[in-house]
Amino acid sequence: MVTDGTLAKIILLALPLAFLAYRLLPQRFPLALTLPAGIVLGAALSTVTITLLPPGIISYVVSFVVMASIYSVLTLGLNVQWGYTGLFNIGIAAFFAIGAFTSALVTTLPPEGAFAQFSQQLFGLGAPFLIGVLAAGITAGILAFLVGIPTLRLREDYLAIATIGIAELTRLIFQNERWLANGPQPLRGIPQPLKCLVEDPVCAWLPGPLQDVFGGLAARDYVWVYMLVVTVILAVVFLILERMLRSPWGRVLRAIREDEESAAMNGKDVARFRMQAFIFGAVIMGVGGSLYAHYFISIDYSHFDPLYATFLIWVMLMLGGSGNNRGAILGAFVTWGIWTGTTFVIDEFRPVLAAISSDLPARGPYFRFTLISLLLIGILLFRPRGMLGEEKEVTRP
Amino acid sequence: MTETPVNLQPRPIERIRTLMASRLGGVILLLMVFAIILIATLVKGVPTQQLVSLTVRGLMLGGIIALGAIGLTLISGVLKMANFAHGDFMSLGAYMALLAIALLPTGQPMGPFSFGPEFLAALLFAMLVVGFIAWLFDRFIYRRLRARRTMSVVIAMASLGVALLVRSLIYISWGGDFSFFYTGRARPATAELFMGIRVRPDQLFILGLAVVFIIMIWFVLERTRLGKAMRATADNPDLARISGINTDRVVMWTWFIGGALAGASGVMYGLDAQLRPEMGWFLLLPLFASVILGTLGNPYGALVGALVIGVAWQVSSAFLNPAYGPAVAFVVMIIVLLFRPQGLFGKAGS
Repeated sequence: MVTDGTLAKIILLALPLAFLAYRLLPQRFPLALTLPAGIVLGAALSTVTITLLPPGIISYVVSFVVMASIYSVLTLGLNVQWGYTGLFNIGIAAFFAIGAFTSALVTTLPPEGAFAQFSQQLFGLGAPFLIGVLAAGITAGILAFLVGIPTLRLREDYLAIATIGIAELTRLIFQNERWLANGPQPLRGIPQPLKCLVEDPVCAWLPGPLQDVFGGLAARDYVWVYMLVVTVILAVVFLILERMLRSPWGRVLRAIREDEESAAMNGKDVARFRMQAFIFGAVIMGVGGSLYAHYFISIDYSHFDPLYATFLIWVMLMLGGSGNNRGAILGAFVTWGIWTGTTFVIDEFRPVLAAISSDLPARGPYFRFTLISLLLIGILLFRPRGMLGEEKEVTRP
Repeated sequence: MTETPVNLQPRPIERIRTLMASRLGGVILLLMVFAIILIATLVKGVPTQQLVSLTVRGLMLGGIIALGAIGLTLISGVLKMANFAHGDFMSLGAYMALLAIALLPTGQPMGPFSFGPEFLAALLFAMLVVGFIAWLFDRFIYRRLRARRTMSVVIAMASLGVALLVRSLIYISWGGDFSFFYTGRARPATAELFMGIRVRPDQLFILGLAVVFIIMIWFVLERTRLGKAMRATADNPDLARISGINTDRVVMWTWFIGGALAGASGVMYGLDAQLRPEMGWFLLLPLFASVILGTLGNPYGALVGALVIGVAWQVSSAFLNPAYGPAVAFVVMIIVLLFRPQGLFGKAGS
């Protein structure tokens, strides 16, 4: 058991499951009861899944959870802007991309020797992962501040148009400026946090018994470790948001969304609160970008196409229910499921497509865009609240 | 408003604000934009002939953008929504013409142009189809949302879904590669203008066609009952309805005209450059920049805005990587939003 890393996987999967179980248990029971119950449930569920399901399916599920969680962070950022404050940002890709590239530049080392001829970057600090995450959030926040100055005091459509513009501009810059981040070539070698857990010898700082447990993990099992990293950050972002949006600050945001004038008449500085919400949402998107970069190791401008770096996130929020953080996460997981699931469906239909036209099978991926766009229109027409919708009473002292 | 008794002198920043809001402000703003571009070309030492040549090309590009922008500004005015699908209507127009050209028998090229008479039929076909489809989307999506008194931002979001839907269908039908209306046909720059500037005859055709369409639009808006109703609805929808204007009919015609113009604009862009499924999306930013520069809802403003954006785009390519063309439109738009958000022709505070 120790040698093949199963126990390590059980532990890595049990932690997020325990948190999930703890959150889903009724909150009226005391913490002393729910917390241990959550841990026991998580451990049990984790053991059962890993021993019962075939390993191929489990590792697919794990990489699915990583991607869906990264998108959940981005969707939570959008929820602060749109769901709570009504800010129409359709340039998520800009904050996503700048977060990803900032984190990459901060954590990598500048290329040396012969390698420097093939790869260029503005700087490389070789800083730890968490510094990269922090820097990603800060730069995305600064970008939001700059976009917000000319647009937030105007009608909503202006913000939307300006954010499309900033997303295109960001993408063009990362595509054309070689000196900045090696565009249009990918920026490679982005370090991965806690990588030593899957290396041999295992991280020296681990206590002895755990060294034995994690020693069994192979390099290809890294996605298990990253799942823990991503889900922990997702949980932290979620808890902070729940706390902030239920505070008086969050109440003002909703008041502004519902009726700007009456909020202003009650002495609230509307422009200031909108700016705060816009920046705060962008910071979270930047963090999401950072998580994305460290998962993919190598990133380039094409990762931040408006189709999957902006629209997909909008569909996630609208499907889950804007104004609801749990809805945002649920929407991200369900939409990512639909998005990846359709690949299999389209593969099944390949012979049919080939019978219609020989060109069609190669264009299979485009059917996903059709589906996603129909999904967005359908939600707006038939279920504007989304799956969960906003909760009526959310204020807690 | 109560006036403060102390210090009646306006602060300098206030003075600048008032100046920019005045009629003169629009002119100053335009001069500012062109001064920045001109200084940049002088610093780079761009020869005058290239500068003039780029300006001419910019006016042509502006003509193409104008057709899209006029439709977009009419829709913004009459329906009070931002139509993010407008760029993709342009792509749809280009691909509809491509479809028609593939189906029609290919004729001999007419005179110096690269296309035969079937191209004109294809242009008409594209305009009708896109106009009709634009109306269909309104009938089945936007009208339902309006009936439910949905916020205009949410309707704009639906238009984003429509944009993606149209583009994905183009991708499925034609793939993601470049296409040309007439593959392999040479398009030399044989037409000579003044100062030794040479352009392709097709480009003169495009410019002429843009002028014809703009005159037609002017005629519809100023000389027909429909145009009068459209202007009235754009000005004040409720007042228009109670004065007996059939606003549903106005909405229908607004979409049809807007869609047909977008279709024509897409065909013309495709003739000038090439066809790509995402061509319309890249043009969306210049379209909105023109509309905002020329004041939302003002078709003549959109025309002026489009010409300014077209020239700024082309001339800036003398000192900037041409890939940044749409970004130049974005920068102009940000300058406008900062100093004169009501656009060149808007009144202060509107």
